[in-house]
Amino acid sequence: MHELSIAQSLVEIACDQAEQAGAKRVTRVSVLVGLLSGVVPDSLSFCFPIVCQGTAAEGAELAIQVDPAKGTCPKCGVSVELNDFVLICPSCGAFPIEVRSGRDLKVTALEVEE
Amino acid sequence: MCDTCGCGMPSHEHAHEYESDHDGHVIELEMNVLAKNDVYAAANREHLASRGAVAINMISSPGAGKTTLLQQSLNQLKDWRPLAVVEGDLQTDNDARRIQGVGVPVHQINTNNGCHLDAHMVGHAYEHLSLATGSLVFIENVGNLVCPAGFDLGENATVVLLSVTEGDDKPAKYPVAFVNAQVMVITKTDLLPYVDFSMDRCKEFARAVNPDLEIIECSSRTGDGMDGWVAWVKRLANQVAS
Repeated sequence: MHELSIAQSLVEIACDQAEQAGAKRVTRVSVLVGLLSGVVPDSLSFCFPIVCQGTAAEGAELAIQVDPAKGTCPKCGVSVELNDFVLICPSCGAFPIEVRSGRDLKVTALEVEE
Repeated sequence: MCDTCGCGMPSHEHAHEYESDHDGHVIELEMNVLAKNDVYAAANREHLASRGAVAINMISSPGAGKTTLLQQSLNQLKDWRPLAVVEGDLQTDNDARRIQGVGVPVHQINTNNGCHLDAHMVGHAYEHLSLATGSLVFIENVGNLVCPAGFDLGENATVVLLSVTEGDDKPAKYPVAFVNAQVMVITKTDLLPYVDFSMDRCKEFARAVNPDLEIIECSSRTGDGMDGWVAWVKRLANQVAS
């Protein structure tokens, strides 16, 4: 359940950034969760409101955008959407697919109030 | 006093602000959620480099044999370089006492039910250990094949252990730990005659998620394969030193 630590980092970033912007409350936190980041969106959603309690982000909405993993086959050049960590090309069977995206775990936007 | 506490966020990650459709403001960001951990990890890396030290992060399920492998390895390495161990467990100092028995400096971290070590905890452990120049540091992470894999500790290499009693498909079921490691050590090979574990299948699963993974088979109990593991550790330390 490392999503609890992830949620703590998320809330810390949100509250720090809101404070720096002179805002009093965070009402929405948008995150990008890569499919290969090792973070389970449902677990993050579960932990988020608990961690928000007593902070400037209490009651904030968490908007998770899942970033599908994309890669390219080094042999046939086809662009592949990866559903898991297995790096075998579904078109030609070549290995390993070069992963281009899907490992990120980023805060992309906050909505704050004065 | 903590040397690493209070570090700022990396300066290249910044915010843009604009009015939202609602009452407030929208702050656009492009910030890694684990940026703070990464700052501590970078501080740990610097700390190691300033002492010519090398750190290895060891990850596995509980009971895969991390501490036993460590005890055997430390015995073989203690005349080679100064050694130190950081032990991570939810509770107890049982593992630290086992390492003390080998005569190697050790610092026990109790995460109090936290499922992984983070770079901040490890930074404090280094302060307690006062690492000697040229130290080889083993970080025994909390026994957990999932959570520790996402947290950079500022280590020079990550090793994932898998015991033959756990089953050969673990790299397929729990891929993240295997994706992020440089080496997989397959432990308890002396038990192979008693379990349905296919070495070939296991390696195939592991390489399907990490084609560059180096694989070492060993038994800490009989000593079989220990030479290969110790040789890898020495090679890594020498590479970092040069």
